[in-house]
Amino acid sequence: MAELRLKSFRFRAEREADWLRLESLLRKAEGRSAAALTDEELLAVPVLYRASLSSLSVARATSLDRALIDYLESLCTRAYFFVYGTRSSALQRIRAFFAHDWPAAAKAAWRETAVCAALTVLGAVAAYVLVMHDPEWFYSFVPGGLVEGRGPEATTQALRATLFDSSHNQLLSVMATFLFTHNAEVAIMAFALGFAFCVPSALLMVANGLTLGAFLAVFIQHGLGVEVGGWLMIHGVTELFAVMLAGAAGIRIGAALAFPGERTRLEAVGRAGRSAAVLMAGVLVMLFCAGILEGVGRQLIQVTWIRYAIAGASGLIWFTYLYAPRAPKPVVARG
Amino acid sequence: MARGPDAWAPAIGQPADNRFERELVTPEGVDLRLRLAEASERAAAFLLDAAIMAGILIALTLLAIGAMIGVASTGAIAGAGGKEASAEVILVIWLLGFFLLRNAYFILFELTPKAATPGKRALGLRVAARNGGRLTADAIFARNAMRELEVFLPLSFLATRANQVDAWLDLLGIVWCSIFVFFPLFNRDRLRVGDLVAGTWVVKSPQRKLMADVAETAFASRAAFAAQGDFDFTQAQVDAYGAKELQVLEEVLRRTEAGTVAAVAERIRGKIGWTRGPIESDYAFLDAYYLALRARLESRLLFGRRRRDKYDKV
Repeated sequence: MAELRLKSFRFRAEREADWLRLESLLRKAEGRSAAALTDEELLAVPVLYRASLSSLSVARATSLDRALIDYLESLCTRAYFFVYGTRSSALQRIRAFFAHDWPAAAKAAWRETAVCAALTVLGAVAAYVLVMHDPEWFYSFVPGGLVEGRGPEATTQALRATLFDSSHNQLLSVMATFLFTHNAEVAIMAFALGFAFCVPSALLMVANGLTLGAFLAVFIQHGLGVEVGGWLMIHGVTELFAVMLAGAAGIRIGAALAFPGERTRLEAVGRAGRSAAVLMAGVLVMLFCAGILEGVGRQLIQVTWIRYAIAGASGLIWFTYLYAPRAPKPVVARG
Repeated sequence: MARGPDAWAPAIGQPADNRFERELVTPEGVDLRLRLAEASERAAAFLLDAAIMAGILIALTLLAIGAMIGVASTGAIAGAGGKEASAEVILVIWLLGFFLLRNAYFILFELTPKAATPGKRALGLRVAARNGGRLTADAIFARNAMRELEVFLPLSFLATRANQVDAWLDLLGIVWCSIFVFFPLFNRDRLRVGDLVAGTWVVKSPQRKLMADVAETAFASRAAFAAQGDFDFTQAQVDAYGAKELQVLEEVLRRTEAGTVAAVAERIRGKIGWTRGPIESDYAFLDAYYLALRARLESRLLFGRRRRDKYDKV
């Protein structure tokens, strides 16, 4: 009777154990991580994967058992994603991010960052000149929620009080957290909006500059220019820099979409998107620092020159960290 | 009442739609034929995730409120300063928790070996790099940062209560946003904007079980079926069908729905001119015919001759 058995079934019977072993290893690895496998099992996976792939080829050519082919396709696909999938540990990735990836992404986007800085300065200057000319302009540039009694008609005394006010001391960490999450959302938005051919990101940069310029104008009119500088810059150096980088990341994507160069549009956007994403992760780190400086540092430090010192130091640190030349990146497996 | 001989095929539901099938050639040179997730599945997965996130957020809020009340009641002993400090901590935890939930939920789940959020897992989907290479953390970050544009921006437009001029602006905003929301419906690969920017796509990765071979079960019960009659098919009778019909027959035998089995058996008997024996059951007949047809087609396959369906030349 044995000769009546199908060849495709004999084929299956001989290899079935390997497939099932691969499946159980995959289940183990997918459930937790690759670390759940012993060294021996880890070495077995690629071998079993290639064996299953060859089984799949043979089955497609010789077997008419639909369920078997479907099973092998799904098994091989799972194994493929595991064998060629992400490999490096989270710790390695974080180290590579701070050591190389983030500064490299920032350096690659220096042109876009410069454009964003120019747009912000342009907005600030325009708003400054307009508000100096006619204080009514202030309300066109500053969103209602941000005014909080710092409008053009406020007295010098009241304005000074907003700069050196420590009555919020109790909720410093809440303040810092809120500022961080709020700013992070704005920055992510600036990044995401870049997709629409850069225009919204650029507008956001100008709008940011307008608010800044209007504020400065009001305080300078009351002779508080130096003090407001310290109040803004203690965290503003970090925060404005971060927002400009976020805008630059967005513009990179929009520019790749508009001018893909020699690559296809999809490919160009994909490349720009991934490098911009690294930059965005860095922006979130910077905004976290800015949130702490703004929420805690500004409330605790009430002396203008110390505020300036911190602003200068933070600016210097970010610039040297991001733009100073560094050793070329060693070739490591990235995941 | 001349129904086409294929009339039972659609009822079985053969997957005929390969609009969503894409090539994925592994470095070993085998094409794995990926199937893309359909827009409906993506939407369902997202809604599941959104429901989970909303549930976590509600739990987090209740926990924070409960903790606040707890602090307020014990605060009398600890003094006002301690009370405020604990309230502060709770508020910070809530703010950060909300931020993390909104931004990290998708990223962290897609960084796991399964490359899928719970919603995607439930629907058997996963994220993959479009070029077939590694799915990098950068790509996952990029595809999820774009969600801000696709999900949260439209929501913020919907949430605003505006006066007339602003209402018009909001309407324009909603129209503009809906371009991004419905983006996946306007391209072949069902890419959302985030997928486009990150160079990823979402594919089906069903986990199939290795099922018993129908031919083998048929072979095992051959002795029992032999009592019902002598299933000896002629060459011409076996040559009536091709591989496509064989696979439909396989489905029928796996499902064993009495109505379908009877209808299919009747159809095949008519086609090959088989006279039913006195105690012959439909299932035994189909099993025997499946075995004979598969043996015939596979032996011809070994000689390099694949008969795709019954319209193919013998």
